[in-house]
Amino acid sequence: MTRTHPPERAPVVAPAPPEAAAAVVAVSGVTRRFGDVVALDDVSLDVGAGELVGLLGPNGAGKSTLLSLVSGQRRPDAGTVRLLGGDPRDAASRAGLGITPQETGLPPTLRVREVVDFVGGHFADPVPTGELLEQFGLTDLARRQTGALSGGQKRRLAVALSLVGRPRVVLLDEPTTGLDIGARQALWDAIRAYHADGGTVLLTSHYLEEVQALAQRVVVVDRGVVRADDSLDAILRRVGLRRVALRSASDLAAWPGVVRAERRDDGTQELYTADADTLVRELVRGDVDFHDLQIRGASLEEAFEEMVMQEATR
Amino acid sequence: MSATTIPATGPTVAAGPGPLRLTWLHLRYQFLETVRVPIAVLGNMLFPALAMFFFVVPQSDVAQNPLWATMSVASLGLFAVCSASLFTYGLGVAEDRQLPFDPFLRSLPAGPGPRMVARIGNGAIFALFGLVPLILIGWLFTAATVTVGQLFAGVGTILLVSVPFVLLGMAVGYSLSAKAALPVVQVVLFPLAFAGGLFLPPQAFPSWLDAISQATPTRAGRDLLVQALTGQPAYPAAWLVLLGWTALFAVLAVGAYRRDEGRRFR
Repeated sequence: MTRTHPPERAPVVAPAPPEAAAAVVAVSGVTRRFGDVVALDDVSLDVGAGELVGLLGPNGAGKSTLLSLVSGQRRPDAGTVRLLGGDPRDAASRAGLGITPQETGLPPTLRVREVVDFVGGHFADPVPTGELLEQFGLTDLARRQTGALSGGQKRRLAVALSLVGRPRVVLLDEPTTGLDIGARQALWDAIRAYHADGGTVLLTSHYLEEVQALAQRVVVVDRGVVRADDSLDAILRRVGLRRVALRSASDLAAWPGVVRAERRDDGTQELYTADADTLVRELVRGDVDFHDLQIRGASLEEAFEEMVMQEATR
Repeated sequence: MSATTIPATGPTVAAGPGPLRLTWLHLRYQFLETVRVPIAVLGNMLFPALAMFFFVVPQSDVAQNPLWATMSVASLGLFAVCSASLFTYGLGVAEDRQLPFDPFLRSLPAGPGPRMVARIGNGAIFALFGLVPLILIGWLFTAATVTVGQLFAGVGTILLVSVPFVLLGMAVGYSLSAKAALPVVQVVLFPLAFAGGLFLPPQAFPSWLDAISQATPTRAGRDLLVQALTGQPAYPAAWLVLLGWTALFAVLAVGAYRRDEGRRFR
């Protein structure tokens, strides 16, 4: 993927997983088209055992297409996809895979307990249904038909279903979209616990907060191409921007060292810079009148925006 | 989560349940899903039973003639099975394809086999449900009569005869959306049932219609069923006609499944 980065930047190398040779998910040079649309363009991605990887990108970036290739629902036009060392289109290769159904896709006439039994019945050693329901706080709903569940309850059931077969790797597609904070925290805890037990996680989100909260490694995908693949810290460091917010009568957008500037409705200026210390020192030295100074690191969202903008202007 | 252990890394994961267990699993849950919508089951049982009550029971020269009454039960029974097959597969498959649960099921460690076989098994179960009220009415209100051996031969024949209709239903279900599948199934079912002599006995047909009738899968199935139940011999080409349609519908069904797979899961 390094070829997509400008030469003046430090080359981005994925942190080598402990057992790089036995990658749990190995995607190599994969291209996938739908008619004229190129959903994935020569994408390569290895996920090692025990990694928790966040796949981040805007809607339509190719995240879900990538997951559907890894789960064997589609086949690539070019390149190879391996799952746990096998072809994901062979049912046997998927014995160690867990995925979430879309929450709207649960069979509405089946009860919660029945859906768990049914999905668990596909695996050699499923988690006992009672235990799984307990863990996800669904015990009281065991006899409820899934059609009568709330959105949050369906989400919890969906994530529970991905773990029922004690998978070695789970693919989570937007696991907590549309949930309130408490429910989201509970699901994050479940995902962290699974990972702490040695499980491998590949999750997609356009929820930047989610990736920031869970992932150790972040893969940024945009328009079918991997834009960056690195540890969470390195992604943030790589863009290396600090956000300086202040109020001032003069427009500071063109000040040296300011990469990007935005003006909020309340008159606050937000300046993004690689070196906040120097910028502030220069402002003081230049006798610029400012107040309400705030400085913090850029969030993943801001880092991501910067990354995509730079790709677009190149 | 603490109780959940992840198998240590290794080239293989322990073998999961075999194809028989998986088929049984799918059969059970598909049955549950269907039976929870009672109207779908009842509708299938009611129509042939009502037709029997309105068109056969009141006509005493048919109802009180053992041969004619048995033939009527056979014809309407075959209609129930054709209708269940075409609706379960035509409409049921089309509806299933639209559910987002479908791609999830495809990602579970089971090939398409267990689901398909379970679907066929469930079609047979619900088709047999449809026969129960017919047999009861025939037994209680008409002179229809069979030996136990003939009854078993009849049930066996009707399940065999249902195969081409299951395949035709699948061809429709994998080709069309649920909205389009419903009218297509109706348009296919009723002319086939009429031309096959399921509503009016083919003995009442003019000779040109009888010639057309003998080329339909419904007529072939009806005559074979009547032969099993009464000993009245079917016309000589009946098996050939049934096999021909079965082969044709099998080709259509497999083609439709492949095209659908290519369209949605390229």
